[in-house]
Amino acid sequence: MITLDGVRKAYGKRQVLEGVSLALQPGRITALVGPNGSGKTTLIKLILGLARPDAGRLLLDGRAFDADGAYRARIGYAPQSPRLPEHLTVGEVFAMLRALRPGAEVDEGMLDAFGLRNEWDTAVGTLSGGWRQKVANACAFLFRPDVLILDEPTAGLDPVASGMLKAEIRAARVAGRTVLISSHILVELEELADDVAFLSDGHLRFAGPVDALLKETGTRRLEPAVAALLRGLKVV
Amino acid sequence: MSTVLLVLKAGVRDLARSRWLLAYAAGFWAVTEALFLFGGTGQQVVLSLLNAMLLLVPLVALVFGTAHVHASREFTELLLSQPLSRRSVFLGLYLGMALPLTGAFLIGVGVPLVMHGAAADAPRFALAMLAVGGALLTLAFAALAMAIALGVDDRLRAMTRALAAWFALTVAYDGAVLAIVSAFGDWPLERPLLVAMLGNPVDLARVLVLTSLDANALLGYTGALFRRVFGTALGPAIAVTALVAWAALPVLVARRNFLRRDF
Repeated sequence: MITLDGVRKAYGKRQVLEGVSLALQPGRITALVGPNGSGKTTLIKLILGLARPDAGRLLLDGRAFDADGAYRARIGYAPQSPRLPEHLTVGEVFAMLRALRPGAEVDEGMLDAFGLRNEWDTAVGTLSGGWRQKVANACAFLFRPDVLILDEPTAGLDPVASGMLKAEIRAARVAGRTVLISSHILVELEELADDVAFLSDGHLRFAGPVDALLKETGTRRLEPAVAALLRGLKVV
Repeated sequence: MSTVLLVLKAGVRDLARSRWLLAYAAGFWAVTEALFLFGGTGQQVVLSLLNAMLLLVPLVALVFGTAHVHASREFTELLLSQPLSRRSVFLGLYLGMALPLTGAFLIGVGVPLVMHGAAADAPRFALAMLAVGGALLTLAFAALAMAIALGVDDRLRAMTRALAAWFALTVAYDGAVLAIVSAFGDWPLERPLLVAMLGNPVDLARVLVLTSLDANALLGYTGALFRRVFGTALGPAIAVTALVAWAALPVLVARRNFLRRDF
């Protein structure tokens, strides 16, 4: 379980996260939603250790993140439409990632499932946006991590690939992994999410099960529920 | 294999296939060939190449390096999201950029020189100093590019600073020295000018190569002063040491930026 406790973060004078406390539970999928500039990316970067909090604590299974970043061995991250070294082939990217983590268990089937073997010798720079996203998603799943952090994971994916990814995400939930998905496509999140974390202006306005959000907002779907939160009709 | 080597290997593989880097090597190759074609002797070719090197190596290292670091931002984030130390990732990324640039210069200049047997005409020591000077200049300016790119998030602003650094060190510096010498010609300027020369890697590389050639007339005021004070034996050693320091200092600044910054 990942826990954020009173996390604050500012870039210069701009306060990006203000006292965010959130628990990401194992075996559950949490949808991280909020308008542009609400602090979603910063929250993800804090969990990954790409940015450091000004205040507050981040814990993995009750223990503070270690300074040397060893905890990241348990986290898989899929960035949104990443620009990887464009002259490396898909195979070389994954060979490098494997070599960087010797001894780590590798999910070979994931590479087949995402169809990446077909593009193994293709330079990353020549891949379409959808294929790049598949590479990014496979990077997240590659080492069977306990925690999956997926930033707009279905961006650019065709319906088949998107469906396959959702199946993998559900399988991760069944396997007891913690999943955090940041996305603007609320219809897709609705299919997957057990919990919702709604950020606005750096404040966590809602954190809890999807059902509770629907009940709070008096709606039946996630999209109008989030819209209601955005309009400030129901701020918790 | 260590993290540094793996990230370095990926960087070298990536850039070795880059059209820009191949064009850089081909450009130096073409210039060297052209200099021989127009009847230059080995020593004349080395002198002409020195002028090209002093302008182009810092410019390419700064512009290419700054653009490359910005373009690699997401790859850097992907690496840093792995259980790897920032120190190792930084060193791998820096060397993965700087070594291919250095290799491109050495191949572009070195291969045609060897093919034309320039070593027979030019002192081998001068050829070696041309190679060492170019390599150290590349390492210094690639590190400067990394320090700038890591310190400035906005791509355009970072590129402007990189170009300003190039202008200051390759063009404005000489003008400033000339102005100081003209204005304070009656004052004892030797020591301050020597110190000022050590503060400019471009001037150090110029003096390093020229002191190894029989080209006193081209040394200029500071170069002649450097040669007179340190001599032909100690001079190159001091110039190389200062260039190594120049290569190391921006690396330390870039490393500090990399370790401290939020991505």
